Amino acid sequence: MKKVKFLSTVVLATLLFTACSKDDDTPLPVNEEEVITTITVTLSPQAGGPPITLQTKDLDGDGPNAPEIIVSGPLTAGAAYNGSIVLLNETVTPAENITLEVEKENIDHQIFYTLGGSLDLTTTYTNFDDNGNPLGTQFSLTAGAASSGAFTITLRHLPTKPNTGLGDAGGETDIAATFNVSVQ
Amino acid sequence: MRNYALLILLLSSITSISQNCDNTLSGTVRDLHDGSLLTGATLIFAGIEQAVQTDLDGKFTITNLCNDTYSIQVSHPYCLTKGFTVKISGNTVKSFKLEHHLEELNQITVEGKAYSVKSKTILENTIAKEELERFSSGSLGDALNSLSGVSSLNTGNTVIKPMINGLHSSRVVIINNGVRMEDQEWGAEHAPNVDINSVGNLTLIKGAGALQYSGDAIGGVIVAEASKIPVKDSLYGKTLLTAASNGRGSSLTSQLTKSYQNGWYAKVQGTLKRFGDFEARDYVLSNTGIFERNTSLHAGLNRFDYGIEAYYSLFKNEIGILRASHLGGAQDQIRAINSDRPLIINDFTYEINEPRQDVTHHLARIKGFKRFDSFGKLSLQYDFQRNNRLEFDIRRRAYSDRASLDLQLDTHTLLLDLDSHLTDAITLKTGVMGRYQNNFADPNTGVRRLIPDYDKYDLGIYAIADYRLNKQWLLEVGGRFDYTYMNVFKFYRTSFWQSRNYDELFPEIVVEELDNQILTNPQLNFYNSSGTLGATYSFDNNYKLFFNYSIASRAPNPSELFSEGLHHSASRIELGDLRFNSEIGHKVSLTFQRDNDIFSFSVNPYVNTISDFIVIEPTEIQQTVRGNFQVWEYRQTNAQLLGLDVDASYNFAKNFHLNNQFSLVKGYDRTRDEPLISMPPVNTKNEIVYQNPQLNNIRLSLQSDYNLRQNEFPDNNFAVFIPDTETMEVVDVSTPPEAYHLLNFNSSIDFRTTKTVTLTVGFGVTNLLNTSYRNYLNRLRYYADDLGRNFLFNLKINY
Repeated sequence: MKKVKFLSTVVLATLLFTACSKDDDTPLPVNEEEVITTITVTLSPQAGGPPITLQTKDLDGDGPNAPEIIVSGPLTAGAAYNGSIVLLNETVTPAENITLEVEKENIDHQIFYTLGGSLDLTTTYTNFDDNGNPLGTQFSLTAGAASSGAFTITLRHLPTKPNTGLGDAGGETDIAATFNVSVQ
Repeated sequence: MRNYALLILLLSSITSISQNCDNTLSGTVRDLHDGSLLTGATLIFAGIEQAVQTDLDGKFTITNLCNDTYSIQVSHPYCLTKGFTVKISGNTVKSFKLEHHLEELNQITVEGKAYSVKSKTILENTIAKEELERFSSGSLGDALNSLSGVSSLNTGNTVIKPMINGLHSSRVVIINNGVRMEDQEWGAEHAPNVDINSVGNLTLIKGAGALQYSGDAIGGVIVAEASKIPVKDSLYGKTLLTAASNGRGSSLTSQLTKSYQNGWYAKVQGTLKRFGDFEARDYVLSNTGIFERNTSLHAGLNRFDYGIEAYYSLFKNEIGILRASHLGGAQDQIRAINSDRPLIINDFTYEINEPRQDVTHHLARIKGFKRFDSFGKLSLQYDFQRNNRLEFDIRRRAYSDRASLDLQLDTHTLLLDLDSHLTDAITLKTGVMGRYQNNFADPNTGVRRLIPDYDKYDLGIYAIADYRLNKQWLLEVGGRFDYTYMNVFKFYRTSFWQSRNYDELFPEIVVEELDNQILTNPQLNFYNSSGTLGATYSFDNNYKLFFNYSIASRAPNPSELFSEGLHHSASRIELGDLRFNSEIGHKVSLTFQRDNDIFSFSVNPYVNTISDFIVIEPTEIQQTVRGNFQVWEYRQTNAQLLGLDVDASYNFAKNFHLNNQFSLVKGYDRTRDEPLISMPPVNTKNEIVYQNPQLNNIRLSLQSDYNLRQNEFPDNNFAVFIPDTETMEVVDVSTPPEAYHLLNFNSSIDFRTTKTVTLTVGFGVTNLLNTSYRNYLNRLRYYADDLGRNFLFNLKINY
């Protein structure tokens, strides 16, 4: 009696669950909409001539591949450059320009430039947010004497503004890209 | 004596009836619950004015009955009187059953014994209603924390995950009103979706012995049951209001029950809880508010030999996660950990902003049971759960109102259980379970799925028998088998797919290759066996010894199998492994108990040896454009947990008693020979209570809660390069915080305002000394202190 009841229930349950299972359509892929894969810093000599490009590209985002870093060449000692930064999301086609979003939400963002080693250069913000505080997608750079070292670009989301630098800016790091730069 | 006199009187009034009236009716009167024979039950035959009583063996005989139909009224001092109709045809044998223990059922405040025992060879810890009410404004985890051997893994102070003997999440099974909670419980920062105020009795089983619920509870089982509803005509209710200074909020819960003599009942219950930012001693814990709304409906028919019930509950909870815990990468982590205050402190607010969780859980169940004379009580239950979990992260404004995680988990379960008394000494519980589950991760979040879409099918069969050998020995044995099939659709990053060699190992599961992602269709099968073997020895006096060995098997959860990406709230990259098999735990536990009015105690040492234990641990540092992140990978190893739980209670003077609790657990990775992460430090709680039932049931208690420092922990620190200082700095994510001691005060007093209305007023203070402390088991301990002093005021009306 018991066995019969059990077996019949098992059969019933199986039937029920088979009936439940629908033919699954395969799920839609999710393309990360907010991710920044590519940072390109273009340094155009104010005196004219070919620009220097610094680029880091990490197409798999948080995936295991490390970013590919390109520094197109050395800076010239004593030269002044106009710098601009372009942030792209290349996981989507066509690539999305995140710089536009950062510039639109300018009071929520700030880019910082940090120097390491003996690297001798100075940077100055040339674009500002709606409150007149630095934004940094545009800047100017003046190379000093021949030297080399790490040049780091950090984008902070929701920093304390105004601030004196990374130390008291707070916020969350959206990008932190380090380039080995030399001045010749 | 009067009964006998009445009987004689009745018997003397027999009039002789001429035609064919020499039949005999004989039989027994038994208790419906356990079949025990009832002595002194009275059977009154309507119409012929005859009555008879059952003898010491529960037997009765009545003679001189005609071939006719008789109405018989059967009564017993402890049972509800019941009418039967019996057709007499010749000498007839008939047995009657009555609902015994009616006194017990009729009490509105039902004592713990009214709830059935879940495991006979593991000492169960229970929290009764009065105790639960003290946690009305807290959570299930807070209440469980008051038991020895239970700690909690917290995310701030509102996400409280119970941890049993050092294990949590998927290793702890929560049964809510007979339904196994399926609420994305694998997540360390996912609190159980159970309203503490809907629970009438909470039972904890430390171990997998309660096989009727599950076979994968390597840590243990928590059983939450609604209050029992009496079988009598009544209407009663309860309203409880708690206001607290910390969080400047309150919780209001109310319930109303209507019951009838004929067994029908209905109950409605609701809870509203709202708190703003909580505060540590020195600062506001910004964005830690909570807004909880719950309701439950319960209706049914409870008869002696059959019954049906329907239950529905809705749990909705919005929880703010400490703003300062949201980080961008290792550099942010260093800043946050090195600062002794949270990096973001705002003014107090009730507003809950990102990061936050918004969870809705529906639970519906319908259950019917019938008792059969021949083989026991058969019950059939169907339940449905829908869990919708939304998690909102701090995103750029264009996305800020969109959830980063949107999961919907639907679960259907069908259960068939049979409880039978094979003989007076042997009881047998058997059953089968079928479950279908579907997880849907909404792709509109714009964030890759944390958990993939899947369909899961479970089929389980169990049997547990216990045998009372003699007065001293009770033996228990049980077995369970579970089959799990998962049909998953998972997008892998192509780079991860290749780096793990999955392209060579599992080429057959690839469905489609996209630009930088691969859609796969893993189909996984798990066959899990579990079992329990135990014995209880009762000594002549108040002592008892419980011994239990149980083996539990747990299939890996979706997070352990499929994680692959950045976990924002932990600021780390988490990687699962598709190749995992089930982990198997062997737990041996021994409990020595003394149960006495003056001095009671229980001492419970245990060893839990787990093979293929799934742990997550850091393996490397990964560079991304966001900076460096620590990579945590799941891995299987052999683990062992050893521990000791002690409870004691001593009534040292009239109306005074002392409670003591001590919990110790040590966890080791036996393969690597190192301690396991997040093991609870040694904890001892001591409480002195004054309670005087003669004086408005006044109760005053002072509790000391002492937590030692955890000295055994794995070293998971890592170094990162800091561009501003050009140095490598160590991120200390391992070192546990210092020991701490908290004092808590609680008081209550009853006022009987009218005959049926009782008012209870309570006042309490937690963290009386306003100690500033951090708890090793709080995932946000790196960023902020734990809660400061809190004044609580309670008002309870029973009507």
